[in-house]
Amino acid sequence: MSVYRMLRYTLFTSITNRATGLVMSLGLLVLVYWLMSIANGAAAYTSALATLSLPIFKLFYAALLFTFSYHTVAGIRHLVWDTGRGMERHQSQKSAWVVITVSVLLTIAFIYWAFCPGAHQS
Amino acid sequence: MSLRSPLGRVLGSGSAKEGVHHWWTQRLTSVALVPLTIWFVVSLLSLPSFEHVTVVSWIAQSWTALLLILFILVATWHSQLGWRVVIEDYVHGGAKTITLVLITFIHVLAAAAGVFAVAKIAFGSAS
Repeated sequence: MSVYRMLRYTLFTSITNRATGLVMSLGLLVLVYWLMSIANGAAAYTSALATLSLPIFKLFYAALLFTFSYHTVAGIRHLVWDTGRGMERHQSQKSAWVVITVSVLLTIAFIYWAFCPGAHQS
Repeated sequence: MSLRSPLGRVLGSGSAKEGVHHWWTQRLTSVALVPLTIWFVVSLLSLPSFEHVTVVSWIAQSWTALLLILFILVATWHSQLGWRVVIEDYVHGGAKTITLVLITFIHVLAAAAGVFAVAKIAFGSAS
């Protein structure tokens, strides 16, 4: 399809959009594990929370805040494209930079909110 | 002049009839996920703590339970469609079918488990 010319910017944002989506599907599995452990009662939840509070998981949550920010902004860009707008070469290069900038700023804000001292007890 | 029959035009079907179904549901779920994911992330980050009593009282609220169930169903659906596209692009031959079946099973299991867990918590059986 000529409208999806594989320009450098388009290729990068497209692959990143897929990769962030796949990472978030792992986040869905963690969410389901979290919900199941809550449903199994306070004792089961306490031991599950010990696992889910490990540094490796905290790193994963930070990654999820980035993948969520990126995938959402890039997804909205795709929805705008679906209306036939913003498909010109200079427009898509510009919007690629908008997606990267906005998602990085959102990620910083979310990570500060999630991990700033005293935000959450666990 | 169109070569399509009047009936074909009315039904809006291409040759495969469901050719746009995947494309359309991917868009439909992505539009729904914009508010749902923002609600979920903001709500989760707004929780004062992640103690059992706190998260149970949050999930047990009717609107939370309803939105969580919607979020789980739409997100797993969207995720399954996304995985399918990636698999169709990068996996070939017999491995493709096996991977597609496996990915679908995992998504259905995740969706069912998520909905079950929220329902159990919401109906007060999570103590």
